[in-house]
Amino acid sequence: MHTTRFVFAASAAALLLAGCASAPTPAELDAQARQMMKASFRDQGIAKTDRLNQDLGQQACSTDKPPSDEVASQIMSQALSAMKWPTGGQYIGDWREGEKLAQSGRGMTWSDPSDAAKDNGGNCYNCHQIDKKEVSYGTIGPSLWNYGKLRGVNDVAAPVSAPIVQYTWGKLWNSKAYAACSNMPRFGHMKVLDEQQIRHLMALLLDPKSPVNQ
Amino acid sequence: MQKTTAVGVAALLLCGLAQAQKSTAEGIAEYRKMLEDGNPADLFEAQGEELWKKKRGPKNASLERCDLGQGPGVVKGAFVTLPRYFADTGKVQDLESRLVSCMEMLQGLDGAEIAKTPFGRGEQNNITALATYVAAASRGLKFNLPQGHAEERRSYEIGKRAFYFRGGSHDFSCASCHGVDGQRVRLQDLPNLTKNPGDGVGFAAWPAYRVSNGQMWGMQLRLNDCFRQQRFPYPGFGSEVTVALATYMGVNAKGAESIAPSIKR
Repeated sequence: MHTTRFVFAASAAALLLAGCASAPTPAELDAQARQMMKASFRDQGIAKTDRLNQDLGQQACSTDKPPSDEVASQIMSQALSAMKWPTGGQYIGDWREGEKLAQSGRGMTWSDPSDAAKDNGGNCYNCHQIDKKEVSYGTIGPSLWNYGKLRGVNDVAAPVSAPIVQYTWGKLWNSKAYAACSNMPRFGHMKVLDEQQIRHLMALLLDPKSPVNQ
Repeated sequence: MQKTTAVGVAALLLCGLAQAQKSTAEGIAEYRKMLEDGNPADLFEAQGEELWKKKRGPKNASLERCDLGQGPGVVKGAFVTLPRYFADTGKVQDLESRLVSCMEMLQGLDGAEIAKTPFGRGEQNNITALATYVAAASRGLKFNLPQGHAEERRSYEIGKRAFYFRGGSHDFSCASCHGVDGQRVRLQDLPNLTKNPGDGVGFAAWPAYRVSNGQMWGMQLRLNDCFRQQRFPYPGFGSEVTVALATYMGVNAKGAESIAPSIKR
């Protein structure tokens, strides 16, 4: 009888302990969340589950806290070293084509038929004011009205313009080179847009003839 | 009738766009006011009530014994406490996944089959109508999700992680658009879902009738289309990530008054 009572008490204590142990630690919750992401999604059209395989930057920028300075500089230096500068040093395209791309929010969703860059838009007006004539613009990113003019770009080919021209290319190709957890997509790096399309967006922002710089 | 209303509201929306000074939120508040007695969601609500009371399925039973967390058959007040933990399924469930469980347990319908059915077809239309009915019964009540059960707290924590999870071709997470106050995509105001965004905003506004496509959308479809625009793969209907995100948004919305079913762009 004593033994029975002891066993009973022991199992009650074990249950209590199990109860304590079952409150998961933050690291366990991280693992459970990853498992949940894996189990909850399926392929649909061009949007496959491999889109949930995070690279360093995606993983480090997935909380409400910024990553450590060390991790942030690692993300930025990786992005910078993977940067692809334009073939033949040709940075600038046609601002008219750039405006069309900036207007288009299409591409890369599971309801889009192809993930080829030629079928994608830049989504720019979703987040930025660009040409003031377009009143339907988002505010997640800064205004880009007068982008080149404000930075003193009178001639995109002049050596004095080179730093801002190169920075702008880098920002469009892989925004994480300059801000580890930037909200802006990495258009070139992730093959959302191709070199020629980025040249057109460059022209929209920097060409003194572009309506953006009037 | 439904179509006429949609066209009328679409025309109103265009007028709203022309007066660019007026914010989208103000515009929508105006349409809501004008439609107070004629929100097409009322039709879905009525259809949902009929479905709730109708004997259906292999067991020829109604849903009137369905337990949405307030006891069998209690509809009023249930919506503003979901998602919550249910002992009979051993899971945290949102309104729509809970309705599927009731249809399975009480009516003998095939829950897995319903979850596989695309939105806007067959039993999925019934789920949307039922969700509209259940939500309408809590109109004007304040969100107050329970967090007493360990699974409810776990759901919140993994939901928060899902909210900040970046991935896909564009590096988007829910937080990319819904992490701070006062931002827009194009002219669309974006609620900050990391806290109570206010009465009838965000989680407290769905199910909603969408004027732009003439469809009634529950929270499951709202989340599904967010993930589509996030360039993510396809979330399963009632999958853990959708329920956990609903828990995260619902708990954050504590104290917000529900206006669901509402009317949206």
